[in-house]
Amino acid sequence: MIKLEHVSKSYSAGIPALNDVSLEIEDGEFVFIVGDSGSGKSTMIKLLLKELDPTDGEITIGGKNLGRIKRKQIPKFRRGIGVVFQDFRLLKDRNVYENVAFAQKVIGEPNSHIRKKVPIMLSMVGLAAKYRSYPKELSGGEQQRVAIARALINEPSILLADEPTGNLDNNNAWEIMKLLEEINAKGTTVIVVTHNLEIVKVMKKRVITVKKGTIVSDSKQGGYDDED
Amino acid sequence: MRINTFFYSVKQGFKNIARNKMFSLASMATMAACIFMFGIFYIIITNFNAEVQKIEEGVSVTVFFDKGLPESDILSIGEEIGKRVEVSRIEYVSAEDAWNDYKEIYFEGKEELAAGFAGDNPLANSANYQIYLNDVSMQSSLVTYLESLPGVREVKQSELVANTLSDFNKLVGYISGGIILILLCVAVFLISNTVTVGISVRKEEIAIMKLIGAADYLVRAPFVVEGVLIGLMGAAIPLVLLYFLYQRIIVYIADKFNFIGSMLEFIPAHTVFRTLIPVGIFLGVGIGFLGSRLTIRKHLKV
Ligand SMILES: Nc1ncnc2c1ncn2[C@@H]1O[C@H](COP(=O)(O)OP(=O)(O)O)[C@@H](O)[C@H]1O
Ligand SMILES: [Mg+2]
Repeated sequence: MIKLEHVSKSYSAGIPALNDVSLEIEDGEFVFIVGDSGSGKSTMIKLLLKELDPTDGEITIGGKNLGRIKRKQIPKFRRGIGVVFQDFRLLKDRNVYENVAFAQKVIGEPNSHIRKKVPIMLSMVGLAAKYRSYPKELSGGEQQRVAIARALINEPSILLADEPTGNLDNNNAWEIMKLLEEINAKGTTVIVVTHNLEIVKVMKKRVITVKKGTIVSDSKQGGYDDED
Repeated sequence: MRINTFFYSVKQGFKNIARNKMFSLASMATMAACIFMFGIFYIIITNFNAEVQKIEEGVSVTVFFDKGLPESDILSIGEEIGKRVEVSRIEYVSAEDAWNDYKEIYFEGKEELAAGFAGDNPLANSANYQIYLNDVSMQSSLVTYLESLPGVREVKQSELVANTLSDFNKLVGYISGGIILILLCVAVFLISNTVTVGISVRKEEIAIMKLIGAADYLVRAPFVVEGVLIGLMGAAIPLVLLYFLYQRIIVYIADKFNFIGSMLEFIPAHTVFRTLIPVGIFLGVGIGFLGSRLTIRKHLKV
């Protein structure tokens, strides 16, 4: 379970990016986070990754209080969370296979293990045939699939996606969302920050709406309420 | 560190250098210049030291005794002197020995002239000790001691040679130490710059590694490897070069200037390099490690 209790975050003196946010996300949930740009969505993602620490309040993930995690334990903590971004963040000098294998290498998995696991992950995201392509030879949708494969290869229990379809056309956006839904169906908690309200409406998932750093609505059972 | 991650780090370290050729080459060249200078000074100093030691072995203090002091007294004084720690060797030259030596040199071929002195040794009071020291720097204290002994008439010493030698050696040491220190600072600075550039080139990758949950040491390791490799190469190249140069030069000098060759004997290459190579490699690797480690701490916060 992910739990935020009265969490605030200010970057500098001035308006806080997040202001007294409390919420709970159960294991295996699929949650959309929507809101205008600058409303604090990415800040929330960074707090969950412990890239940032809250100015106030407490965050607990899987029973662990993030404020109590020591610097040295951060890498281990992050292995339990996968993350993808709008700009994919692939390594341009490495092919699809190497990009995914990279995530296993840097946590010290043995090569024999990597060689077995990466192809399975690539076929799951539908890229088995393109394992030798370089990022620049792939479409945006394909690049995001590589990023998802990389995020999932270490089997995290949570997947965070910060505007994963922001750079994609409608078709590709849908495909990525479907893929995220599949991943969620296998038991991974998925949190998706998005601007794509059409998709949000159709998918009928929980939607948390953020405005100027506070949660203005949290519709537990699907549908997005866009009165304005 | 697992073996897998170890190879990963080494490979990435090589890649860093390849991606960052100009800076890596510049730091390597500076390191090489550093170690080259260090090597030259080391060679000069060790050869010089060996020479000084040889001269020191030849430097002696001569003690003469009061007129008419019985030989038995002289011999007992000699025993006392021989017990002192700074004395490596003591030789007794009796009045007869002194006269015989003198005759050999100055009356060569005119022995009949010398015969006129028979029974009346003109050097009757020249019985003396030749004292050789372990360490030339102890000479003046020994002389003070000898002069205080009863029955001692005169102490002759070659003070100038001794002091000049050890002073000159110290001077060479200070100057070379200073130059090497400056060069080392330049090398550390350049390696630090190289690693800084490497870090900025790999910013993306480092950010991704951190998000994936790579251990801090793994984020650091490629840059440490980079620094150590630069240090290693920067040390190995000049050491190999010096080895061959040294072998050539000692042969050349012995050949062309055999008048020096007879005075000055070079230490054989393998003796010099037995120490110089490990010390040089250690210096190079140490500086490479230090330069990259400090920079990583500053820029990566890991
Ligand atoms: N590193 C930062 N330093 C200072 N202010 C920041 C920083 N990151 C974000 N902000 C500010 O915090 C607010 C929330 O930003 P963000 O979380 O990125 O919003 P969103 O992802 O919803 O667009 C914005 O006003 C933004 O300008
Ligand atoms: Mg954002």
